[in-house]
Amino acid sequence: MTPAARLPIACAALFFVSAALIGLLVGPVDLGIAAILRTSLSHIPLLHVHSRLSDSDRAILWQLRAPRVVLGALVGGMLALAGASYQGVFRNPLADPYLLGIAAGAGLGATLAIVYGRETVHAYDLIPLAAFAGGALGVVAAYALGRSASGARSTASLILAGVTVASFLTAIQTFVQQQHSQSLQEVYSWILGHLDTAGWHEVALVAPYIAVSAIVILLHRRVLDVLSVGDEEAASLGVNVGRTRLLVVVFATVGTAAAVAVSGLIGFVGIIVPHAIRLLLGPSYRLILPLSLLGGAGFLILADVIARSVMSPAELPIGVVTAFFGAPFFAVVLRTSRSFS
Amino acid sequence: MSTISLRSVSVVLGGQRVVEEVALELEAGEWVCLIGPNGAGKSTLLRAIAGLVPFEGGILLGGEPLPGLSRREVARRLAFVPQSPLLPPDFAVSEYVLLGRTPYIGPFGSESRHDVAAARRALDRLELGAFADRRLHTLSGGEQHRVVLARALAQEAPLLLLDEPTTALDIGRQQQALELVAELRAQGPLTVLSAMHELTLALQYADRLALLSGGRLVAVGAPAEIATESLLAEHYAADVQVIENGDGPVAVVPRRRT
Repeated sequence: MTPAARLPIACAALFFVSAALIGLLVGPVDLGIAAILRTSLSHIPLLHVHSRLSDSDRAILWQLRAPRVVLGALVGGMLALAGASYQGVFRNPLADPYLLGIAAGAGLGATLAIVYGRETVHAYDLIPLAAFAGGALGVVAAYALGRSASGARSTASLILAGVTVASFLTAIQTFVQQQHSQSLQEVYSWILGHLDTAGWHEVALVAPYIAVSAIVILLHRRVLDVLSVGDEEAASLGVNVGRTRLLVVVFATVGTAAAVAVSGLIGFVGIIVPHAIRLLLGPSYRLILPLSLLGGAGFLILADVIARSVMSPAELPIGVVTAFFGAPFFAVVLRTSRSFS
Repeated sequence: MSTISLRSVSVVLGGQRVVEEVALELEAGEWVCLIGPNGAGKSTLLRAIAGLVPFEGGILLGGEPLPGLSRREVARRLAFVPQSPLLPPDFAVSEYVLLGRTPYIGPFGSESRHDVAAARRALDRLELGAFADRRLHTLSGGEQHRVVLARALAQEAPLLLLDEPTTALDIGRQQQALELVAELRAQGPLTVLSAMHELTLALQYADRLALLSGGRLVAVGAPAEIATESLLAEHYAADVQVIENGDGPVAVVPRRRT
């Protein structure tokens, strides 16, 4: 890490930790920040700090709020990181994690699971599994179609293939949804995105995928900088462009599909967070990637705090919150930044 | 020893033979200009040598056959400057020049102190030290050209491939661009192979000219042998006059026909 990178990364880490604390603190029951810090420290061995929370308060903290904060961090961090890496490998500032048909595929998978999977034994895990598989299949279909159209060289044909596959899968999803109007509410709320069902089970389900994806993508941070000079020049500098693009797309897809599987289609995080960082700190992926991970995690935790508190005890879909607060924030960054290209 | 050997090199692009059985040897330290009409295969031949398009026949870099070299090994032997390099707008000059060290850095590594020093040397050789923190999009066309050359120099490769280094530059900038390459050659061992349209500049700067036409290498030799009215008339379909002074040809000028 260069000295110039330390300050932004420290700031982003501070933002993330603050967001996580706010996420643990805010809720219908007031637990108090001192008690939360004490009980957090009590989990660290050898410190001999004792929690002063009652059993029910502790359950609220560890069984309700903490998994939600952790899942929000995993999903938000992954979506922002995947968005940044898609923007890098496609050299397209409008790329987002849902570019290559993940969203449509996952939507179809989840809809099928909701409509036809009610009576099965493991209906609980069926929706994430179907969403994950649908999202991954959507990307495989888009990648295969894009490659067959023009080989691995053109990113434009890959993006168009993503649009094609997404339209087709969305058509099927809409058809299935209309045929089973009794499930409409459930399908709709899944599509809008949610963290309200979060428990440690969901965290354990997706954390391994997201951790591995994040590590692989972060390892590519310098190579993504090299790709910004164009495919041919990057190749003349010794980079295997096709393999790099495939690896990054595969891991961004696996991570995004895992995030989508448990949280639905939360929009905006994957495009706004990397862009805000790029506008504030410049185009190097060596900063954009780690800061997207931290910034996306903090951003989604805060969005979830808002989603569950403004209309409490009812909840807003978190996708509505990310778009409602994300768009104006992005507009401000856009206006105050030096340049945008 | 020759730094590049081309042995019966052919390139097929989209079903068409764009380069046809080209054989050429470049000696270390030489500057050879590829000339020839549009579509003669100059750029394609350069891209084949840089390992960017598949080819038939044999290409040897420093005695090693190209298909046996990894991308990184090729990038340590030659630096390729395309006709219109893509300059990522918000990059700082120093960051961009550091990308030239990529062939020496592992796939997941980052620059060592040695890499930073090499990039610094490249910046200094092109008198860009004062520009190190400037953003690429704030530079003039001529400055950008120097920055791209600095990135190529940071590769510390003995061989420099230049695709149309003077296209779209005014006559002063054309001269500056080629003088820069001539100075770099004077400072250290550097073999240059460039594709050029401006025949006057090509014959003034190159040690040898290689004339490509229809994908074939039709003539190679000293500028005085190649820049002749008859050869140029035949392959460019041009009516030109070659102006000479005591030392040989100095300019190629078109003759008006009407």
